[in-house]
Amino acid sequence: MKKIINNPNEVVEEMLQGMVLGHPEYLKRVEGFEVVVRKDSPKKGKVGLVSGGGSGHEPSHGGYVGEGMLDGAVAGEVFTSPTPGQVFEAIKAVDGEAGVLLIIKNYTGDVMNFEMAKELAEAEGIDVDFIIVDDDVAVENSTYTVGRRGIAGTVFVHKITGAAAEKGLELAEVKRVGEKVIKNLRSMGMSLTPCIVPAAGKPSFEIGEDEMEMGLGIHGEPGTHKETIKSADEITDHMLERILKDMEVKGDEEVAVMINGLGGTPLMELYIINREVHKKLEEISIPVYKTWVGNFMTSLEMAGASISILKLDEELKELLDAKADTPAFRQL
Amino acid sequence: MANTDLFINIIENMAKAVIENKEYLTDLDRAIGDGDHGINMSKGFQAVLSKLDDMRDKDLGTILKNVAMTLISTVGGASGPLYGTAFLRAATAVDGKMDIDKTDILNIFEKAIEGVQTRGKAQVGEKTILDSLVPAYEALKKSYEKEEGNLEAFRAAEEAALKGVEYTKTIVAKKGRASYLGERSIGHQDPGATSTYIMIKSIKNILEENHK
Repeated sequence: MKKIINNPNEVVEEMLQGMVLGHPEYLKRVEGFEVVVRKDSPKKGKVGLVSGGGSGHEPSHGGYVGEGMLDGAVAGEVFTSPTPGQVFEAIKAVDGEAGVLLIIKNYTGDVMNFEMAKELAEAEGIDVDFIIVDDDVAVENSTYTVGRRGIAGTVFVHKITGAAAEKGLELAEVKRVGEKVIKNLRSMGMSLTPCIVPAAGKPSFEIGEDEMEMGLGIHGEPGTHKETIKSADEITDHMLERILKDMEVKGDEEVAVMINGLGGTPLMELYIINREVHKKLEEISIPVYKTWVGNFMTSLEMAGASISILKLDEELKELLDAKADTPAFRQL
Repeated sequence: MANTDLFINIIENMAKAVIENKEYLTDLDRAIGDGDHGINMSKGFQAVLSKLDDMRDKDLGTILKNVAMTLISTVGGASGPLYGTAFLRAATAVDGKMDIDKTDILNIFEKAIEGVQTRGKAQVGEKTILDSLVPAYEALKKSYEKEEGNLEAFRAAEEAALKGVEYTKTIVAKKGRASYLGERSIGHQDPGATSTYIMIKSIKNILEENHK
């Protein structure tokens, strides 16, 4: 393992210290906990938004704490859900007496820990609700599994619910908007290399020099199948096809596109993917309203990418366009 | 059987067994999950070890509750809430007790199973903790019904738990991150069922030592 770290067991703590020092105008730490919140938290009368999960997805989730997006982010150990106590601290720190909405990615551990935190907060009289993001089309959605995973599309949920909360909508309304985003959001990813969790010291899975893993999640967990690596356009077409097969987009409905890098893929390659996504969407007459290209939700140093497509209506367009000012996402 | 000293002894040995198997459990998890089971469990039980001295002379319910809260607040992932809830429910079976009998032991297991089922929304046969925990409980019950002693009962429980672990190799995971693999999870044993087996085996080991 070759990493710029001091102690594999201290990576999350040391990262959080560095993050707050790097963005003092946006963030403050909830002392003693792996939680960062907006510098001006709690905002009285505004619904608080808390997200989080395992670390290793930077800039998710701490990078999206700021005006127009999240109020708090909880950082678990690398790829491990935070504990209920940590989530509870985040809820308390952002509660402006208008309730708190938890944005959870659909993983067994995350859902259980955030649910337990909700129970703890409700026992203290804080109004808490949650939404579960499950945008990954690679995973079979059946009653016999835990359902689809939440991956990079989650950042669209942060952006749009964040704008809704900033606008002053109440908890139930922010939740409604969040669920609308989730309903219209699909993603799919692939990778060329595994990644190494610092505390484990070994690659998360093995993959041949000429192979790629299709449909993988963002925790180094293997995907649905391996296949021989193909050209960027072929890979892109395959992923886009899977996504569009799973959603209904009528001719003139507009979409937002996110091309997300998993940490070890250069922007050059993300732009090459984006080029093909736009080409294909134009061919089938789906207008692209907005495009995000970058590293939004990573998987440590994994090489790979995901595509997310969000179907928009007027309300979602307005919220997507609203101002956001956070360490990792700025739209002024 | 147990007075609180033996109980503390059991918890201590259980913690050490989990910590010793950190790499093994992590390797199992890397194959079908996200490769952190051993790391997280070991971290949680290290914290349990450091709190053991404060638990001495407390009633059994309080001891189990302390273990539960420690696991919930340190482990994270899916195993934190699952094992945490299991210990928390188990604590209610022996609330205020300084000694326990066979009925209490069975109650502890019943409550723990109930806890895992509720929190994880899981059933036997889905490649989870339950696939070793439930057979272990059934073996315990059967052994007690035959009027066997604790050592025999826990030997039977260990054997049943191990069989349960072997069984998990033959089935498809339906819960947790392993479920994303579908058919590809066949052939791999479940890390959660394995950690439960290790814990049950550690109880048997202590009883064996005390028996000598």
